[in-house]
Amino acid sequence: METNEKERDILELRNISKSFDGKKVLDDLSLSIGKNEFITLLGPSGCGKSTTLRIIGGFVRPDSGSVLFEGKDITGLASEKRNVNTVFQKYSLFPHMNVEENIAFGLKLKKKSKAYIRDKIKYALKLVNLDGYEKRNTTALSGGQQQRVAIARAIVNEPEILLLDEPLGALDLKLRHDMQQELIRIKKEVGITFIYVTHDQEEALTMSDKIVVMNKGIIQQMGTSKSIYDEPQNAFVADFIGESNIINGVMPCDRVVEIFGVKIPCVDEGFAKGEQVDVVIRPEDLEIRPEGEGFFTGRVTSVLFKGAYYKINVCAGDYEWVSQSVNAPEVGTRVGLYVLPDNIQIMHKPKSEDAEIIKE
Amino acid sequence: MKRKYLSTPYIIWVIGFTLFPLITIAVSAFTNDDGAFTWDNIVAISEPINRQALLFSLAIAFGCTLICILLAYPTALFLKSFRFKRKGFTIFLLVLPMWMNFILRILAWQMILSKNGILNFILGKFGLTPLAISNTWIALMIGMVYDFLPYMILPIFNAISDIDEDLIEAARDLGAGSFTVFRKIIFPLSMPGMLSGVVMVFVPAMTSFVIADILGGGKLQLIGNIIEQEFMKSMNWHLGAGLSISLMLLVLIGLAFTMRNDMEEKGTAIW
Repeated sequence: METNEKERDILELRNISKSFDGKKVLDDLSLSIGKNEFITLLGPSGCGKSTTLRIIGGFVRPDSGSVLFEGKDITGLASEKRNVNTVFQKYSLFPHMNVEENIAFGLKLKKKSKAYIRDKIKYALKLVNLDGYEKRNTTALSGGQQQRVAIARAIVNEPEILLLDEPLGALDLKLRHDMQQELIRIKKEVGITFIYVTHDQEEALTMSDKIVVMNKGIIQQMGTSKSIYDEPQNAFVADFIGESNIINGVMPCDRVVEIFGVKIPCVDEGFAKGEQVDVVIRPEDLEIRPEGEGFFTGRVTSVLFKGAYYKINVCAGDYEWVSQSVNAPEVGTRVGLYVLPDNIQIMHKPKSEDAEIIKE
Repeated sequence: MKRKYLSTPYIIWVIGFTLFPLITIAVSAFTNDDGAFTWDNIVAISEPINRQALLFSLAIAFGCTLICILLAYPTALFLKSFRFKRKGFTIFLLVLPMWMNFILRILAWQMILSKNGILNFILGKFGLTPLAISNTWIALMIGMVYDFLPYMILPIFNAISDIDEDLIEAARDLGAGSFTVFRKIIFPLSMPGMLSGVVMVFVPAMTSFVIADILGGGKLQLIGNIIEQEFMKSMNWHLGAGLSISLMLLVLIGLAFTMRNDMEEKGTAIW
């Protein structure tokens, strides 16, 4: 299984480090990306995700480490010689060229025939739902349309990998959701590897086969959307991916965690006796019960209507718990809080906040 | 206060110092000493001596503009590649001579280029033959290029600086090497700046007369010198005005032709 995985890898980053002005942006980062994968680098701004993408694109040279493309070292290869193309956040369409000329740019440099270029443009515009836009001026297009042209311009070159640097960041929410679906469809149709950078966790969860959560130049966790959401491996991931209740706890023995003096059953094992841990409970897993039931009793401090659910804050045991529910209790009432053993995630405390590497 | 009153000084200025003189020049140009209407002063541009001066002016202005482009473009590219701090200072140095009076600058060149001037003194020190460029078109060209070069560098520099770094990365990403990036991205996107530079250099070069007076020693006749002489020496204001109007029309037509493709671009069209 392990060797099969390796064979399918199209790109490998080995021990990449990079500093800008003495500040470490990437710290010994290693990452393998499989063929035809939709992989998302996710993290807050400054976590090194864009730098990673720019290293893959050839715009930034790493200080140490190497980039391997299908097993070949391309660390020093100029970006124009790499078989990858980028979709930039600000579209970066050439303003002095129309849609057709923008899309043809890469193909003309590759000295493709006129007929080939014409067919490719037609195909690419159809792919991004912009049939008949050949002669349009790029500056007259809307943000969403410009981004579609940028995608078409990259895809006609038939790159092995498409790099997308927060491509939807400049679009409004509704358009962003539409474009997410479009990108998934385009990915399926062209069948190439997508490496996507975003700070939007919802976007990452929606689109990716695999998510790489990064913080402070280090990979925090790698895995499928579901595994990252359901089983965050540290408090940072839990906090960054969706809202979470993150509480200090102690493990007195296997399958029991003690929070605020209350012993609660859970399913985690293998922790040292009495180990200090982070306990993560997702808001939708925290059930509001009548007073007297559940593990804690607290007072409802606020109720916010969120459309499909209510967001309820409950103050209990010195902690402001967040819960989601379709029923709204009155503010000020006393309620009980309950959580199923399965829905409790226990995590080791990071040794130091900065240096935490967790591999899947 | 209504905002339109703020334009009053400008309107007074335009009426008093642009519109009124233009009308007097036009009236003067289309009349003779008796006050009767005539085309003679306009048509006078085609007389051999005037035509010759006009063609000479055209040649000098073209040459000056071309040399300015050839000098300014690499300079602008070089300035752009500078780190920011030194960039500001370099541009300051470039603009500094413009704060000195223009006639003084030209007189300085007269001193440098004259027969026993600084240039020949230095050449003599190295045992080289002195150059006899004083009072020739070469001296005139040197003076003009020196004087107008900043007007070419600054707009080209601005246009190049405005080019988004992302566009250059995008071009590289699509397979363009450095030369292709220049040819397909930087150069076309700097065109509006270059056109502004062309206008700011060509028009004054075409119509100047002081530089030719000082560096040409009165031997070089630009169309500007002829017009000046009609006004100041021959006191024939009608002819001077007629030639001025003809020159102005020729320049305007030339500009309209140059910029016909560029009308919708921001900031470069002059009307």
